[in-house]
Formats: sequence, structure tokens, C-alpha cells
Amino acid sequence: MKRIYAREEFCLGCRLCEIQCLVRHSKSKKIIKAFRQERDQITPGVMVESAGHVTFAMQCRHCDSAPCLEACITGAMHRDPKTGAVLCDADRCVGCWMCVMTCPAGAVRRGKDQKAASKCDLCAGDKTPVCVLNCPNEAIVYEER
Amino acid sequence: MKNDSTKYLVIGNSVAAVAAVEAIRETDAAGSIVMVSREPKHVYSRPLISYWLAGKVDDGRMDWRPRSFYEDLKVKAVLGAEAVKLDTSKHVVELADGGRIGYEKLLIATGGTPIVPKISGRETAGVFTFTEWADAERVGSFIAERKVARAVVVGAGMIGVKAVEALAARGVRVTVVELAPRVLAAALDERAAKLAEAAMVNAGVEVRCGAEVEAVVAREGRAAGVRLKGGAEVPCELVIVAVGVVPSVALARSAGGAVEVDRGILVDDAMRTSAPDVYAAGDVAQGREALSGTKRAIPIWPGAFRQGRIAGLAMAGAKVANYDGALVMNSVSVFGLATISVGTAAVAPAGAEVLVSERAEPPSYRKVVIQDGRVVGAMLVGDIDRAGLFTGLIRSGTDVSAVKDLLLTEQFGVLSLPAEYRKHVVSGAGIEV
Amino acid sequence: MRRWLVQPEFKVERDPARCIQCQVCVRQCANDVHSYDEDDELVSSDGASCVGCHRCATLCPTGAIAIGRSQLDFKPNANWTPENIRNVYKQAEGGGVLLSSMGNDKPWRVYWDHLLLNAAQVTNPSIDPLREPMELVTYLGRKPDQVRVERGPDGKAKLATEIAPQLKLRTPIMFSAMSYGSISYNASRALAQAAAEAGTFANTGEGGLHTDFRPYASNMIVQVASGRFGVDPDYLNIAAAVEIKIGQGAKPGIGGHLPGEKVDAAISRTRMIPQGTDAISPAPHHDIYSIEDLLQLICAIKEATGHRKPVSVKIAAVHNVSAVASGAVRAGADIVAIDGLRGGTGAAPTTIRDNVGIPIELALAAVDSRLREEGIRNRASLVAAGSFRSAADVAKAIALGADAVYIGTAAAVAMGCHLCQRCYTGKCNWGIATQDPFLTKRLNPDVATRRLTNLLRGWSLEIKEMLGGMGVNAIESLRGNREHLRAVGLSDREMAILGVKPAGE
Repeated sequence: MKRIYAREEFCLGCRLCEIQCLVRHSKSKKIIKAFRQERDQITPGVMVESAGHVTFAMQCRHCDSAPCLEACITGAMHRDPKTGAVLCDADRCVGCWMCVMTCPAGAVRRGKDQKAASKCDLCAGDKTPVCVLNCPNEAIVYEER
Repeated sequence: MKNDSTKYLVIGNSVAAVAAVEAIRETDAAGSIVMVSREPKHVYSRPLISYWLAGKVDDGRMDWRPRSFYEDLKVKAVLGAEAVKLDTSKHVVELADGGRIGYEKLLIATGGTPIVPKISGRETAGVFTFTEWADAERVGSFIAERKVARAVVVGAGMIGVKAVEALAARGVRVTVVELAPRVLAAALDERAAKLAEAAMVNAGVEVRCGAEVEAVVAREGRAAGVRLKGGAEVPCELVIVAVGVVPSVALARSAGGAVEVDRGILVDDAMRTSAPDVYAAGDVAQGREALSGTKRAIPIWPGAFRQGRIAGLAMAGAKVANYDGALVMNSVSVFGLATISVGTAAVAPAGAEVLVSERAEPPSYRKVVIQDGRVVGAMLVGDIDRAGLFTGLIRSGTDVSAVKDLLLTEQFGVLSLPAEYRKHVVSGAGIEV
Repeated sequence: MRRWLVQPEFKVERDPARCIQCQVCVRQCANDVHSYDEDDELVSSDGASCVGCHRCATLCPTGAIAIGRSQLDFKPNANWTPENIRNVYKQAEGGGVLLSSMGNDKPWRVYWDHLLLNAAQVTNPSIDPLREPMELVTYLGRKPDQVRVERGPDGKAKLATEIAPQLKLRTPIMFSAMSYGSISYNASRALAQAAAEAGTFANTGEGGLHTDFRPYASNMIVQVASGRFGVDPDYLNIAAAVEIKIGQGAKPGIGGHLPGEKVDAAISRTRMIPQGTDAISPAPHHDIYSIEDLLQLICAIKEATGHRKPVSVKIAAVHNVSAVASGAVRAGADIVAIDGLRGGTGAAPTTIRDNVGIPIELALAAVDSRLREEGIRNRASLVAAGSFRSAADVAKAIALGADAVYIGTAAAVAMGCHLCQRCYTGKCNWGIATQDPFLTKRLNPDVATRRLTNLLRGWSLEIKEMLGGMGVNAIESLRGNREHLRAVGLSDREMAILGVKPAGE
């Protein structure tokens, strides 16, 4: 399947991916409104890590054998049969954090409201995820490998 | 149920059984599958019963797989039927109603049975165990009918704590009585347990650790309280006994020694039992534990899933991925306080190095146990985000000597991991760790 | 002492209605203009150290940042310009040589803007380059005085003249010399990759050829400069051509200096000098004090490369440029590259950059005329350099007599350069003129390669359009054809030097 890959050698650490992810997953989809009114409610699915000059953007790997999927007690964590993406249905999630415990990439986090797990959804059906689309240096790519 | 025979017979209807069936269907699209379950329910999630009792999850959300699951996977589901006798030489399982089902491959995924300690009066009305949906239903109706105001939960382990939470959500005042000196004793160390206990106390729960229930005090044939060793009495109308589970090995034992049983059913890395064509997975099985390499019965959900899946693949003759053993892990939220414990975390092994970081407000406690340069245990209370990084490190046995100082820092992340392992995590398509 | 008389050049304006405190600007500015106050949870900016590179404004996701000129204006004075005053302040405080980067930014006449191209009407029908073939292929190198054709024993005609080695360009635009060291690894890689992709050449500059770029060597011209960095037989032989750098348009008569702190392990290996030592290029080649000395070096290089590579001589456009160019051709140069007044640099004394040399337009015309007069124009190709900003500039240069052009600044701009002229600080926010690992990674060479090849494609298409309009179907037909140019607003003397008629004539 197509996955998002980070190219750490070209990551600027600007965090535009996080910003655009937040906007994409906001209700308003408008950057200023999203930041002013919804910032506290949204956990971006992508997170930029940095230490010294090494930085990269990390998000869910949508693993072939996904530990979070195996650990989910509610069935909220599921695989989209069409895209292969591992998705979390926030309505079903009860916040037991088994996924947080098992994700070896640390890519599943508690949502800001602490009610449900939050993770990358590959921008649910968009042709290209916004983090990839908005990376000014093409340090995040979306491809079949 | 009359006589029948099938290619795959699965006894059980929970996580290990379902994972096995799904794995079988990945390889064998047509081979007949029969699932037999003592419970008359569609596939549901047992860990959700406390959420259901609390009213956080409705009936529909209890389903762990869609209603069309059996149909989609071409499974004949025999629900509400107990498998009571196994004849491994004839490859036949006998049901309680006398029906017999022949099999080519059998999976025993009967799960666990709650332990009920020898408390006098434990048969009194108002005393319940709490492991399956029917238990929750009984407790729920009992609370509603008797207008229960006070309850005692015996045992402050995983199940006990979740039962406490559910009862509290129903407006019941709860006292939890735990024999060990702390709550969640198997998973948490003293400091972590203190935080969990504080969360319970803040929510109005009375916590009595180092105490033992001697008897259920009955009045007019109903529970009216419990008496603790030493004589103290705690009044209540409802008692939930949640001191643990043991593997449900009755069916295995009925094979007359053909299926080797220790605490659970002994299985190899492909979930094969000692009897030909008989597999076991989930809480009933006793397979390899990841860190020690010894066989242990570990009743945890992700382990059951993995075992079930491997059993299914093996039964269908597919290539079985390397099984690296079940890793002990628990994630329990205690009244909103998240706690996670993975590997050997509560009690550090001799010679291990223990790193700790603590914060008072909001409460956070994080601990990593390192042995021979490798993380063998991690415990996180409060700040649990990215806990899985530790699980991954434990599973992979990555040498963390070089990055030890970073493990508990705020910026600890994939970036802090040793370069080779990091590359594996970042660029891996599907991470097997 | 605080440089208290020197006031900020730029003013950073942040629109509070649009700023979302995302801190992208904070993370991107290598000059620490923007900062985030944790207590106030507010991003603020201090224009004092702003260099006007627009990195922050470009990446700001809400367009909240505007960079303007400082509002603090000096009392108008046509003689003492703000720049003059500032420079005096700076030197009064620092006492040193003022440095600058990129090309001359003074309002010297840009002759390209006074030259207009021709187009055909009725008598010589124009050509649609989308329908008709249009040839831009250019060969650089010595052309024979005459061509002799013989009939072989089989009766077929055969070229009897030996043709000197040539560089074949798919389009008459090459990337100027920019050394690895002055620009980043990623920028160097992009130039090499783009040259290979576009079928043209990139010039290594005087910094040697990194082993990683050797796969692109057949599309690279390697330079031998006064510091002789990275020069060995392998370096000379692996490349497509060798260029002897005598001078540079931005700083004629001046050497180069790459400070030791920029000489890291890779640069030290590539330049073949100890790590951490200053890389000093002397002002002259200390073995070239005459045309005869130049001849010796040219011959030595040709010997070293088995006479298989064209040898280029790059000179700065100075007052006697045509005589020097003529000498170079007579000394055996196959290509003469002339770098004009507005050519760029990674670092030069501002006063040299802004006041020394002559414009490329005049130099090119003068050299082309001189070589023709001497009957040796065929013996070398002419490459013009020194600020080509558009396809039109290129076409005009070709009409003035250039065989091809070098673009440096335009290439840097294509990669993201905003001409802030601070290359010499080593803090290029665009990852081009820097060795700082925080900054170099900002230039993804694959992205930069794509942008460079796009630029070359765009300009090539435009040149074809112009050729078609003139009714010619090959760049050869425009080369040195000054009839296709007319001047506007130039003096008779300037037009005489340029060899062009006034518009209307």
C-alpha cells in the first residue's frame, strides 16, 4: 500500500505538516479559525521530532501487522479495506490506551480530550495527505515502496 | 446439536477464537469452520463489560465484530453450547447437550474462569464475579432492582478496578478490599499504585489494602456487608469478587491426559498442544513468555490475539510468523488516570538499573527498567503518550546504553532511538517488533 | 562596542489578525529575528538582524509576515545616499573591509534593457516552433579554419580535417562556476544533476569535485584556479572540459577566501587541503604573469588530458578585456568565458564588487569584434557570464556574439535564493550558500534539480519562440548576428561598441 515516508535528511523541522494536519482535521478547515478556536481539541496525526539538526516527521506506519489493531478491545481501531489504512473510530473508542501502549512508533496518542485515541488517518480518502502536500521540501513522501 | 463434523472446530468466541478464524480464512477460504461458545452472545469484547455496566457503551457497541461476522467468514456458530468432552484419538468434541462434533483441527480458546476464594457466604444473593457480559447484566439488574447504594469489590487488580469504576459510574459507593499492600499490585509498583489509589480515593472510593474478606454477611438471605479479617465490617448490598482468573482447562483435562496441562494448556510457538491437531490460544493457553522464555499463562488481550492468529495460521497450514512470545502488559485507566505497565516493571530484577521521573501536578510517574543495556520493563502513569516506544524497545531487545539518558526526557521519541532501530521504525512497512 | 549608529535595514511586520503563533518563522530564521515567548505565548520579531531573505514570509502558512524597508529614512541627499552613510558608520565602528555577496547591485546601465530583438514580417516568414523543428544544440570548442573533405577509396566523401574536442550543449545555457564550499553539497548536487538531465554543463568552480558528483562528471566543467584546489589528473580527466579561472566578474583582480570553519571533512577531502584551514585563492596564478605563461598552463592541461578535452579560460570583463581574450585564444584556449560586472560571488569586498570591471554586454561585443577582426573568432567559443535574468538576455547575448552563456545567480534564484546578498555570513536560510547542517538540509536536491531543469526548459522554449519570430530555425543563425538587435536610448559610441544600430534604422 501507499505509505507516508519521512526523509529525515531533508526535513526542515518547520512543522508545517503538523499545522496543516491540524487544519485538515479541524471542523472549520480554515487555518486561522482552526488555530484560534480548535487548537486545544485536535491532536495532529503527524509529529515532528527534532534533536540538534536532525528532524523528521513521524506518523502512523499503518503497519501490515499492526499491534494497535491486535490490541484494540473495542474494534474502534480498524483497517480500511480499500486503502489498507489503520483508522480509529473515535465513537467506538473507550480510551483504554492499549493502542498507545503497543504502538512501537509511539504514533498513536491520546486525543486532546483524552477520550479517544488519535492518529494519522492518511487524510481519509484525500489523494495526497496534507502533510505530504504541504511539506516545502518534499521531506515527506507518499508512495508505494 | 446433533452429530456433525468440520474441518476446523473452534471452542470459544472471544479474541483468540476470532483471531484464529480470521487467520484461517486468510489461507483457507472454503474449509468448514464451526465455533462453539458457552455464551449465547455474538462476538463481543469482554473487557468492555465494565464500560457497558457504567453506561459508556451500549449493547451495539459491545460487538467486537460486525453482526455479519459469522456469515462473512462462513462460520457455523453454535452459541450457548458448552463443549464438555474431548476425545483426541477420535478427533471428536462432545457438547453438554450430547451433540458430537468431529474435527480435523481443533482450537481450544475457552479463556479463563474467575477465581472465587473460600469466603463464607459466597453463595449469598448479591455476590457476583465479573468477567463476562452476563455477569455485568446480572450486576446491572441487581443494582437497578435493589437500588444498591453501597458495594464492596474484592480485589483491586485489573478487573476489580474496572468494576469499581463501573459501579461508581452507576452512583454506587464502593469499598475495594485488596489483600496485597497496594492496588493493581501485579502491574504497578508502590509509587505508581499510590497515584492510582489517590485517583480512586478522589473519586469517592474507599480503598482498603492489606485487608482480607473473611465472610459475606447476609441478612434476609441477601448480602448486607462483608466482614474483614480482624472483625471489621463493611456494609454493602453488593459484592463483586474479582481476585483473578485461571485458565478454563476443563475441556482439555477431559481428554484424559492427552492434552498436557500445567496451569494452562501447554503450547509450543505454533500454539500446538501435546495432542495431535489440537491447538490452544488465549487465556487458556500457557505459551512462551517473551522475556523469560518460559511458558506462562498470561491473560492479556493482545497476547490472546497474537496467539489466536498464529494458531489459525498453523491450523490452516500457512506459514507461521516467528512467535516471539507474549509480553506482559497492561493499560488501565483509573478514574481518568492512565497507567501502563509493560514487561518486568513492577518489580525490577536483581542487578537491573531503574530510571525514574516524577512530577506532582498533574501527576506523572515514569519508570524504565534496564538490564544488560536493554529495556525490560516500563511503567507510565499520567504521561503515557508514546508508551509504545518502550514496548517496541522491550520487544526488539534494542541496546539502549547509548541513549539511556534520553529515555525519560520530555523529547524522548523515535529520534532518540538508536539509528538502525529508528530506521526500521520510520521506514518500516508494518513493524514486527 | 555595540554598533549603535547602524540602524536596522528591514522592518518585520506581523499581522496580529493572521498570526497563529505556530512558530514556523521562529524555527526557520537562522538570524534569530523571530522568537517565541513561552510566558506570553506570543511570537515577536526584531528586525535588527533581518537580512530580507523572506524565508519566514514564504513559509508562513497564513501570510502574516511582511518584510519592509526600515521606515527610518535619512534626510534626502543625492550625494550621501543612505548606503554611503551606513557604510561609513559600519567602517567607523568595525574598521574592516565591507563584504557583500551575489552580483553588483548598483544602477549601472543594463544594456540588455536597451537592446531590442527583431522579428520577421511578411518578407521573411516567421516560424512556429511548436510545429517546426528548432535547433538549440550548440558546440563549444575550437572550430577549424577550414574544412577539407576527401573522397575515400570507396568513393564516399569523408571529413579530412581533424576536429578539436567539443562540448555539445542541448541548449546554450550552462551553470556558472559555483564551488562546493561556497555553496552546499545539496546545491552542488542539484546543479550537477540538472546539467546532466538538461544536456548541458555545470561548472565545479574552484572547490574540486566531490566524489559523489563524479557520476555527473561528463556534464561538468572542472576549474583550475589560482588555489589549485582539488586538482589532480583524475579530476582533469574525468570532466568534460577544464576551465582555467583567471578572474571573476564580481571581483576582478581579487582572490578568494573560504574561511577555515567552513572547511569540514568533506570539503577538505574535495579541496585536498587540511580540515579547518583557510582555503585561500591568490589574486593571480603565481605561475601566470603573461600570455606565454597562460599558454604553458593550457598546454600542460591539454597534455594531461591527452588533448581530449576543450580547455576554457575564464576572465573577468575589465578594460582591456578584448586584448586579454585575444591573447587567451592565441594561447590555445578553446573556450573563452567572460564574466561581466554584474556576475555573482559568494563573498567579495563590496567596493570591488560594485566598482570594478565593465558590463558584459560591452565586453562581449568588444571581444567578439576583436576576434573577428583578428580572424581568430573560430578558434575559440565565447561564453558570456555576468547576470542573465531571462531568456531574452540570453538571446541578446547570442546575437551579440556569445556561443553560450553561464548562469549563476539565475540558477541560485531558481533553487530558492532571494538575493539577500548575505552568502558570506554562511547563514543562508535557503540552504544554498551554507555548510551549516541545520540549513543545508533545507535544499532537497531533487526538488532543486527539478526547478533548475524547469528553468532551462522554460528559457529554451522562449528562445525558440524568439528565434521562430525572427524567422530562423537554429540558434546558429542568431549567433553574432547583430542585425537582429536594435538599440534604444544609447549613445552613438555605445552603439558602435555594441555593433548595433539604433531602433528605427
